[in-house]
Amino acid sequence: MTPVPIQSAAIDPPLSASQRRSLLAVLGCMIPASDAFEVPGADDPLIVADLLNSLKAQAAALITALDRLDALSGQSFHTLAAEAQPQALDDFRRADMKHFALLVTLCVQCYYRDDRVMRSLGMEARAPFPKGFEVPAGDYDLLDPVRARGPIWRDAPG
Amino acid sequence: MNAPVDVLIIGAGASGAAVAWSLAETRMRILCLEQGDWVKPTDYPSNGRDYEARQMGEFHFSPNRRASDVDYPVNEDDSPIKVANFNGVGGGTVLYAGHFPRFHPSDFRVRSLDGVADDWPIDYRTLEPYYAENDRMMGVSGLAGDPAYPPKTPVMPPLPLGRTGMALGRGFNRLGWHWWPSDSTIATQEYGGRAPCINLGQCIGGCAQGAKASTDITYWPEALRAGVMLRTRCRVREITTSESGMASGVIYYDEHGIEQFQPAEVVIVACNGIGTPRLLLNSASSQHPDGLANSSGMVGRNLMFHPYAGVYGRFEAALDGHRGPIDAVWSQQFYETDPSRGFVRGYTFETTRGRGPVQTALIGILSGKLPMGAGHHAAYRGLFDRIAGLVAICEDLPEAHNRVTLDPVLKDSSGIPAPKVTYTLSENSLKMLAHSTARATEVLRAAGAVDVSVTSPLSIGGWHNMGTARMGTDPERSVVNEWGRSHDVKNLFIVDGSIFVTSAGVNPTSTIQALALYVADNIKRRLANLFD
Repeated sequence: MTPVPIQSAAIDPPLSASQRRSLLAVLGCMIPASDAFEVPGADDPLIVADLLNSLKAQAAALITALDRLDALSGQSFHTLAAEAQPQALDDFRRADMKHFALLVTLCVQCYYRDDRVMRSLGMEARAPFPKGFEVPAGDYDLLDPVRARGPIWRDAPG
Repeated sequence: MNAPVDVLIIGAGASGAAVAWSLAETRMRILCLEQGDWVKPTDYPSNGRDYEARQMGEFHFSPNRRASDVDYPVNEDDSPIKVANFNGVGGGTVLYAGHFPRFHPSDFRVRSLDGVADDWPIDYRTLEPYYAENDRMMGVSGLAGDPAYPPKTPVMPPLPLGRTGMALGRGFNRLGWHWWPSDSTIATQEYGGRAPCINLGQCIGGCAQGAKASTDITYWPEALRAGVMLRTRCRVREITTSESGMASGVIYYDEHGIEQFQPAEVVIVACNGIGTPRLLLNSASSQHPDGLANSSGMVGRNLMFHPYAGVYGRFEAALDGHRGPIDAVWSQQFYETDPSRGFVRGYTFETTRGRGPVQTALIGILSGKLPMGAGHHAAYRGLFDRIAGLVAICEDLPEAHNRVTLDPVLKDSSGIPAPKVTYTLSENSLKMLAHSTARATEVLRAAGAVDVSVTSPLSIGGWHNMGTARMGTDPERSVVNEWGRSHDVKNLFIVDGSIFVTSAGVNPTSTIQALALYVADNIKRRLANLFD
């Protein structure tokens, strides 16, 4: 795997080297790369850089989440055998939903705005505005049976 | 000291904007104080690729999640439903979905018809012209002829049904149930300087297109042109009173945090069902030891949310997904009371058109429906753009023990005591929620859903805050009279959802604004003897 230039990301407080490696392992475990779908994993350097650069006030919570994951795993998560990591992550979900949810949120909110991922889903890699999207008007004749049944509102004394 | 004004409005949201605009024609000196800012359309999340992330942060509808310096915290530990709001010009309309149902005639007569709660001191016909005026000001799209309502005429054509609306409409038809295109404040054509909807799909993060009617782009431009003054980042701490017991003005913190006094002849409170009781309770004095306008003890009591249930289905075929406004169609098949259901009153179903790519993944993983690891990608493609659902908006009946009080510890960034919400779901609400989730499951399956999941109640769903300064003719059982004036303080008015007597089973903004216009009209008609 390509070394990740995340040391340059401005994070306060900073991640330790072990926490960085555990973060990468978590991301790769959550969403691995796929040749079949032609998508990178969530541990892709660009996606990780996006995640770290958009952390803002969540840096401390991320560190707490990683520390708790390490503690629950009995060792640094990244030092677990690859085949043991999914189970450890699942255990973490059951034990600490709040911090598990944080890790998932940080992962998917950057992964699913990556150009390559969006294109693989058939989306244009862009913001919704200003181009917008097409939505078919639909067939309002579907309402004919509703009309045919007549009023259903209840009148009330004044 | 600031120059005195004739009318001081606190809050620039749905109701504050409407009452300001309506009163402007009097040429009185009218000032509105708003604790938040103007929001620039270029700041809305849908301008950027991080639009879903920003809606989970700085544009989240929970003030506790946003936690900006213009928000006030809410202690909601003792409530299964968490408060949603927005503090800024436009208020809650900045982040609402735009659903714009009216109340029904029966909603004003729940005691007479169903033997519960209280009748309103006004009725549907009283409000009807104000509903119509408000529809014109906000710009309502919809389809005339909804059999669940007395006749009304939306000012624009309806929003697209889309694939989601069509699928769900067919499901309702298979069961023989009512459904109809939603009334919505999302413009479907050029309207009053607003561009038509282009299906950004991010309505509740604020509309970058300006198609959704928030009052910063509807009422406020007209009110300001007519001479109303609006000061932002001004947080009112308390309403002051004179020796005669009349409101004399307010003490507020300006944009620099400097304490100011603003004298006024008339004070109008428009702070929503949480902020209004908070302000009245914070305005306690030796004359009003239990809070201002609270001789009845009803300030803060009878808090009503709408308990929401969310029921979502996965479909084999792609639906609208992340495209298009949330608003599509609604059903009021179970709106009116049917004693055989085991509860009184009823609810509205509103469709949810779909989810964005991030929400699809996030909800999928956290709910256990979407695996992590090697199977993630194939499973995700079976969910993306294939989820649609219904929310049930259940009528909440007033109960005195559901209330807003002042938290003894928690304060906002200006040091003003924060509200504490104490709320429990009633047995009637629980039965209604259960009924709604069973019926929603039926209709989703009839529409072709292959996998249905239920979340009930929606804990995040405290969008509608009502009843905490209720309207009534009896000063011992209500806070304001039948035209919005405080029973206790005769130059103090309230115009937001806190004056609701009951909640109905629909989104309240249309009725909040119709009431604000109605109160404003009463003020205008009674100017010569307003304080009698």
